[in-house]
Amino acid sequence: MKRVYVNEEWCLGCHLCEYNCAFANSGLSDMALALKGRPIYPRIRVEEGEKISYAVSCRHCEDPICVKSCIAGALSKEDGVIRIDSDRCVGCFTCVLVCPYGALAPGETGVMQKCELCLQNASGEPACVKGCPNNAIVYEERGAAL
Amino acid sequence: MKRYVIIGNGIAAAGCIEGIRSTDGGGSITVVSAEKRGVYCRPLISYYLEGKTDLSRMGYRPDDFYEKNGCAVLWGRTAVKLDPVSRTVTLDDGAAVEYDALCVAAGSAPFVPGFEGLDTVEKKFSFMTLDDALALEKAVDKSSRVLIVGAGLIGLKCAEGIAGRSGSVTVCDLADRVLSSILDAECAGIMQRRLEEHGISFLLGDSAVRFDGGRAYMKSGAVVDFDVLVLAVGVRANSSLVKDAGGETGRGITVDEYMRTSLPGVFAAGDCAEGMDISAGQRRVLAILPGAYMQGHAAGVNMAGGSRVYDKGIPMNSIGFFGLHAMTAGSYEGDVYEERTGDSVKRLFTKDDLLKGFILIGRDERAGIYTSLIREKTPLSSIDFEALKKAATTAAFSPEIRRKKFGGAV
Repeated sequence: MKRVYVNEEWCLGCHLCEYNCAFANSGLSDMALALKGRPIYPRIRVEEGEKISYAVSCRHCEDPICVKSCIAGALSKEDGVIRIDSDRCVGCFTCVLVCPYGALAPGETGVMQKCELCLQNASGEPACVKGCPNNAIVYEERGAAL
Repeated sequence: MKRYVIIGNGIAAAGCIEGIRSTDGGGSITVVSAEKRGVYCRPLISYYLEGKTDLSRMGYRPDDFYEKNGCAVLWGRTAVKLDPVSRTVTLDDGAAVEYDALCVAAGSAPFVPGFEGLDTVEKKFSFMTLDDALALEKAVDKSSRVLIVGAGLIGLKCAEGIAGRSGSVTVCDLADRVLSSILDAECAGIMQRRLEEHGISFLLGDSAVRFDGGRAYMKSGAVVDFDVLVLAVGVRANSSLVKDAGGETGRGITVDEYMRTSLPGVFAAGDCAEGMDISAGQRRVLAILPGAYMQGHAAGVNMAGGSRVYDKGIPMNSIGFFGLHAMTAGSYEGDVYEERTGDSVKRLFTKDDLLKGFILIGRDERAGIYTSLIREKTPLSSIDFEALKKAATTAAFSPEIRRKKFGGAV
């Protein structure tokens, strides 16, 4: 299946992906209304080391430990996509405790949120990829890295 | 056609069913379920009392789970005898069920010490099952004084759940601190303060020695009057089925990394099993939901002839009270890296070039990155641990590890 991948060497560390993510998942049609002057809760996050930066979102693992660990049955795998049911999540942080990529975090209401590849929102395809100015984030099919 | 039998119907059983079906679509699966309800999210019973969830959202799997997986469920039944030679389980109604592969996922039962006068207490409860929570819900109102014996994970989640529904909540424990199984005194004090700020009272280093109706006489000489008593002293693994059949047991049913017991064809998983804690290098009952699912799933795959090890078991807990969260994992041994401010604590324990454990309280941090270092036994010399200490970030990994983690499907 297609997943989101990053090219470290091309990432500028501009954080636009975080804004595009938060906007795409806001349900609003006006970007300023959705983001300006408000704390944002993106489901992708730019990791920054001394000389590198790259964006990390859910890897949609083949064998997802978050799904197996969720105490509320809120996380599930549907057609390879790891999804979260915010109605079921009680905000216990167990998924945060187990995800090796740090890909789940609480949203504005305290329940956890994660990348669902924008398949359910108005963007229809990953907004982080669409909006990346340097093609540092791509949406494509790959096998395991050798 | 292979005959699979599962004793128990909790999370480990659900994992086992899914493990079997990932490998064998055809064999028959019989589930022996003591509770007369489908698998539900047991840790949510305190959230139910708190009003953060309801019965319609507490099912662990959809209503057609058993049907879709071709399972026959024997509701309200328990297994009383196991004969590993004839491969037969005898149930409490005398029925005999034959198996080719058996998984004992019988969970644990509340341990109730023999308190003098306990039989004189009218309203007393355990806090393990949804039925316990529903009974407690009925028994408690805004005028009730609730006494909870046990300041562990179960007792305190019960306290939080019931605080808004009752008049007062007092928690006592023989230990000198709350959550003594996962927190040191300083961290326990932080969590205790948060609970006290929400009206919960504590009697620590003290325990009830005698009950007389609605009165508890404490070891210290204190007297506590109550309307409702909750006993959350501890739990014991339901291991007798295997033990009585001659299988090896410790504090739980002894299992290897394939979830095999010492009896041929018999597997065990979940709160009744004692597997390896790789952070401590010794066997422990790790009664946590993620472990139950993963053990059950591995058992199921292996019962069906596949091969799946569960060899990354460690203690790990995420527990919060009134918005203050504590995340803990592994073993607290070795050198300590510490950051402290107000109600927030970070402690990382390192030994032999490995991260062995951590305690994080009140921190907005991606703890799973640390947890994975413990589970994967990542040599700290292979990563930039100096950077990682300060913040959980995958940027501290080597380019090679990053390429593997982010450059392809995982």
